[in-house]
Amino acid sequence: MKETTDANEAALLQDARKRLETFAKERGNLIPILQMVQEKLAYLPSPALAMVAEYLGMTASDVYGVATFYNQFRFQPPGRNPIKVCLGTACYVKGGDIILENFERKLKIREGDTTPDREFSVERVACVGCCALAPVAVAGETLHGHMQPSKVEGLVLRIRMETQKKEKEADEKSNSD
Amino acid sequence: MKKATPINKDIPEQAYDRIYKQAMQRQEAFLSVPGPRIHIGTATCGIAAGALETRSAFEEALAQRNIDAQIHTVGCFGHCYAEPVVIIDHPDSGFPPIFYPEVTSAKAKMLTTLFLQEGDPRFEHILGATVANEMIPSIMDFARFNQEKRVVMEKCGQIDPENIDEYIASDGYSALAKSLQRDSVEIIDLVKKSGLRGRGGAGFPTGLKWEFTQNEQDNETIVVCNADEGDPGAYMDRTILESNPHQILEGMVICGYATGARRGIIYVRAEYPLAVKLVTHAVEQARAYSILGQSVLNTDFAFDIEIFQGSGAFVCGEETALIRSMEGHRGAPRYRPPYPAQKGLHNLPTVINNVKTFACIAPIVNKGAQWFRTIGTKQSPGTAIFSVVGSVVHAGLVEIPMGVTLRTLIFDICGGIPDNKQFKAVQIGGPSGGCLPAEFLDTPIDFDSLTEAGAMMGSGGMVVMDEDSCMVDVARFFLDFTQKESCGKCTFCRIGTHQLLNILARLTRGEGREGDIDLLDDFSVDIKNGSLCGLGKTAPNPVLTSLRYFKDEYIAHINEKCCPGMACRTLTAFYIELDQCARGCDLCEACCPVEAVFTTSNRKKGIDQALCVKCGECQVACPPDYDAVRKVSPAALVPVIEHTG
Ligand SMILES: Cc1cc2nc3c(=O)[nH]c(=O)nc-3n(C[C@H](O)[C@H](O)[C@H](O)COP(=O)(O)O)c2cc1C
Ligand code: FES
Repeated sequence: MKETTDANEAALLQDARKRLETFAKERGNLIPILQMVQEKLAYLPSPALAMVAEYLGMTASDVYGVATFYNQFRFQPPGRNPIKVCLGTACYVKGGDIILENFERKLKIREGDTTPDREFSVERVACVGCCALAPVAVAGETLHGHMQPSKVEGLVLRIRMETQKKEKEADEKSNSD
Repeated sequence: MKKATPINKDIPEQAYDRIYKQAMQRQEAFLSVPGPRIHIGTATCGIAAGALETRSAFEEALAQRNIDAQIHTVGCFGHCYAEPVVIIDHPDSGFPPIFYPEVTSAKAKMLTTLFLQEGDPRFEHILGATVANEMIPSIMDFARFNQEKRVVMEKCGQIDPENIDEYIASDGYSALAKSLQRDSVEIIDLVKKSGLRGRGGAGFPTGLKWEFTQNEQDNETIVVCNADEGDPGAYMDRTILESNPHQILEGMVICGYATGARRGIIYVRAEYPLAVKLVTHAVEQARAYSILGQSVLNTDFAFDIEIFQGSGAFVCGEETALIRSMEGHRGAPRYRPPYPAQKGLHNLPTVINNVKTFACIAPIVNKGAQWFRTIGTKQSPGTAIFSVVGSVVHAGLVEIPMGVTLRTLIFDICGGIPDNKQFKAVQIGGPSGGCLPAEFLDTPIDFDSLTEAGAMMGSGGMVVMDEDSCMVDVARFFLDFTQKESCGKCTFCRIGTHQLLNILARLTRGEGREGDIDLLDDFSVDIKNGSLCGLGKTAPNPVLTSLRYFKDEYIAHINEKCCPGMACRTLTAFYIELDQCARGCDLCEACCPVEAVFTTSNRKKGIDQALCVKCGECQVACPPDYDAVRKVSPAALVPVIEHTG
């Protein structure tokens, strides 16, 4: 399993390397480049940072210094089902922190972390733009408004079941092929 | 090219006429198709509430019943409390266009059958008609609609943001055509005369900023639209970008012409994927129509716009930090002067304006400076846009003339506080702003009055709080944010905010000490004085205003370990009132996420205080008939219930 992820990652890194050539070698392109790499790999592993540094003729520490400044960049792979809990002002005053805690408890990880099986990750975000539905959590691409602590368990369960179903379908498909 | 001379009038006019006629033809073709039209709001807030499912439900139901109707996706109407919003225009039914709130998939199917097919509009689901008529009350009879004044958001929710023709057909880009026939100085003069002040928070006169670039004759100007919107509780810039991006592009091109720029950049958060997508699309369309590119509307004025995705750092909303980040550095602000209008991106003069500031330009050019001055107050002409959220009935985006009072905005327009609760405070201006109590409800909303009261216009985030909120905790929330977002350059900001946060966190945990209040006050003043940029200068505002207006809450936290708003979890506790408990219903026990609710050997219910995380779920779950779950502060007031007995 680990090897396939690594091989997969190496391939994606190669891809990103090719895309690099479309950017002019200017420092002003650093953030767009990091965004492109993260879009490919879902996070910024250190080989990727080194690659960007070399391309732009910067030191790796300089690149790392910039990347860590911004909230958008992550240095750990996210889960296959990333969960974002809104802790913007409106969601906070309606108890968003309690929702976050429930996810942490349910998944046994802290905010910012990924479960060991890489299925889930939990992070806090600031205002996803639908404060009228506060408190809000985003699972994958789907937004869940008017969250309640008791809805957390059901949501996690549902995502687990859906993933299992998808895996099973994929298995069956590959078997029948 | 700095001082652009007016171009042969006919050229931009003819070019505009051509695209206008073409847009009108397409518009008429759309309108001449017989049958109903269904307008669905699909900005982020609408999608969040399920607008895409609603759309599929309509499509499916229409296909099933063989009804020919056109579905028209529009942006956000601003009425986020009512999402998904649908307006159905069904001329054959004899009814005017009708505004339906909260149209779920089921409702969509029902309306397709009953209204579109059988002609019954289902009065119980109607909010109002969009035009005056004799059958259905008009939405304009409601304060939420008729007290608004839309300048920036006029077309939001009316047009399809992905279709440039709809913008042009409603006179879009006509202001650009007019501007290109004038002298650049004339345009700057117009903007100055209008009294427009920057909508990014500080309220700096826009015309003056543009004029500064005129002094930098040697260098080409760069125009930057600040769509970073870092306030963690505000989303109007995003909504405007998602609902009517062309109005912003138009303002930027006019600014580019007036200030001698060829290059425009929209700095928009990467966390706003839909806004990024729609703006990118709008730019491509504008290029295809020669509104951007080598010769704008066939003239020899060249201007193009690129998108830069901001990476999510609050401080990058500050203009010098924003420039640093576009240059590929950490977003740390620098000392001003030189101002960006003198030395900005790559040391070129750079005009940075907020999304809403640019969106005001086209209406000003079209209707004149005098007209703009008739809206709002003398010192703050025009409108203000707030995202009003929190404990308020009609949450959403509201555009009002400056000078309207907070009371009118919160109680008349937004319907006041839900659930019969009491108004406690309103937080204005996000992390830089402050909390104002009920005494300030009659304060007019404009740049200067709000600053005087200790809050500020800031980003336009407005959070209404009822009796259940704790002012100390809200201050802690904002300090937690600013502390994390401080770039670290200034010691007072970096360490000061950290210390403020520590003290506030202690207070909310019931570990307050004598002298804490003075310490908070001292630190706040020092941070304000010792910080370079607006982040540090304003970060203590939430603390200072809450200290000024809600000092008794701070004292209760320190002396009595009591949270009057019952929000600080360490200071509160839940218990079950046995006289009212049905004892056998077990709902509280079933819903508890940590199994803190237990049943004693005597069939009583108790809460294990050591396990309880105070999520309040049991209070929600307890049937209203029993209403047996109580919350108290200080936590020591809670009665003890043993597991046995
Ligand atoms: C910490 C901080 C954050 C800011 N965030 C924003 C922002 O998100 N959007 C914005 O338009 N202006 C923001 N500003 C204000 C900008 O520095 C600048 O004044 C503004 O973009 C100028 O545009 P205007 O004249 O149209 O208001 C921020 C300022 C500070 C100090
Ligand atoms: S604060 Fe959570 S959506 Fe705005």
